Amino acid sequence: MAFIDYYKVLGIDKSASTEDIKKVYRKLARKHHPDLNPNDKQSNLVFQQINEANEVLSDPEKRKKYDEYGENWKNADQFEEARRQQAAGGGRAQDFGGSGGGDFGGGDFSDFFGSLFGNQGRSSQSRDVKFKGQDYRAELRVPLREAFTTHQQTLTLNDKKVRITIPAGIADGQVIKLKGHGSAGVNGGPAGDLFITFVIDPDAVFKRVGDDLFITIEVDLYTAVLGGEVTVETLGSAVKLKVKPELQNNTKVRLKGKGFPVYKKDGEFGDLIVTYNIKMPTGLTEKQKELFRELSKP
Amino acid sequence: MQKEYINITEFCSSHHINAAFVVALANEGLIDITVIESSSKISEEQLSDLERYTRWQYEMGLDPEAIIVIRRLLDKMELMKQEINYLHSRLSLYE
Repeated sequence: MAFIDYYKVLGIDKSASTEDIKKVYRKLARKHHPDLNPNDKQSNLVFQQINEANEVLSDPEKRKKYDEYGENWKNADQFEEARRQQAAGGGRAQDFGGSGGGDFGGGDFSDFFGSLFGNQGRSSQSRDVKFKGQDYRAELRVPLREAFTTHQQTLTLNDKKVRITIPAGIADGQVIKLKGHGSAGVNGGPAGDLFITFVIDPDAVFKRVGDDLFITIEVDLYTAVLGGEVTVETLGSAVKLKVKPELQNNTKVRLKGKGFPVYKKDGEFGDLIVTYNIKMPTGLTEKQKELFRELSKP
Repeated sequence: MQKEYINITEFCSSHHINAAFVVALANEGLIDITVIESSSKISEEQLSDLERYTRWQYEMGLDPEAIIVIRRLLDKMELMKQEINYLHSRLSLYE
């Protein structure tokens, strides 16, 4: 556990006034606040550090204790004990039991902070007022084919199992809120919520854009020239398609209602867009080549 | 299910904020205040938003006017994120 120089974290001098600290803290908070920098872990970390530095330096009692014992925080308790003994012998007693001011020191504090200030160092607020518990955030990866159907998954959250139903058609990056699955509320307040961000893993065969699915299928040259029938895989079932003669490469066909289910709209589906990729024959025999030569003659 | 409400005076006293701040947020349309038996309350589902705006005020020194600007920009960012996701998936068709 390393010593943290809170003055350095805020970039201020040891003689800085409470007003200067507040100004610098807010300036840095506006830059690094996690709400303004979503999904930026570095900003989140910096914000935790400046929050912690502000928590200590803006509170005169904590700042005094930090200034006095900061680098020797490991020995703070021994120093205090020695002082108490001196006081009992006629010396001057000093109380270091800071209880914290009323503020919003949310977020995690370092081990260093905990060692120096203990639980009392955390902001204390009115005891009989209900507070909503902390929200949790989690990320859940779902393969594209699983996102096609409504299914259930069990998540383990802080050693508790949470069973959730994932509706068919969930989108990549979509966030769903599970009310009351965050941390417990304070003084009987409501529990926080769990926000799950879904990450849909891409599929090797199908590509998804909104509710539409895209697939590329290969058609042999002879079917492309003469016409015929091809079987196309969909996520529901396979369908047979008639291919008209003289098919051009990259021709697209839209199959209505054969795409991805529309989120929370039962029975509604996007479309499946099939792209034909004409596959040239390889390993032709001499006779086949001769026939192609014949065909190429004007 | 019955809606739960939180008394604004209680909220303000526990968070050490002025009730005028909550009223200003309501005036900007960021939260809805409901008057029940002569006391101003907010519904429990707005609690997260109110706590978030209160934190913004404390941590960044933002007034309600700045909060509404940031709220709108964050909403726009969210829409842009969705558009980027859509364009990414379109682009993947050509990869």
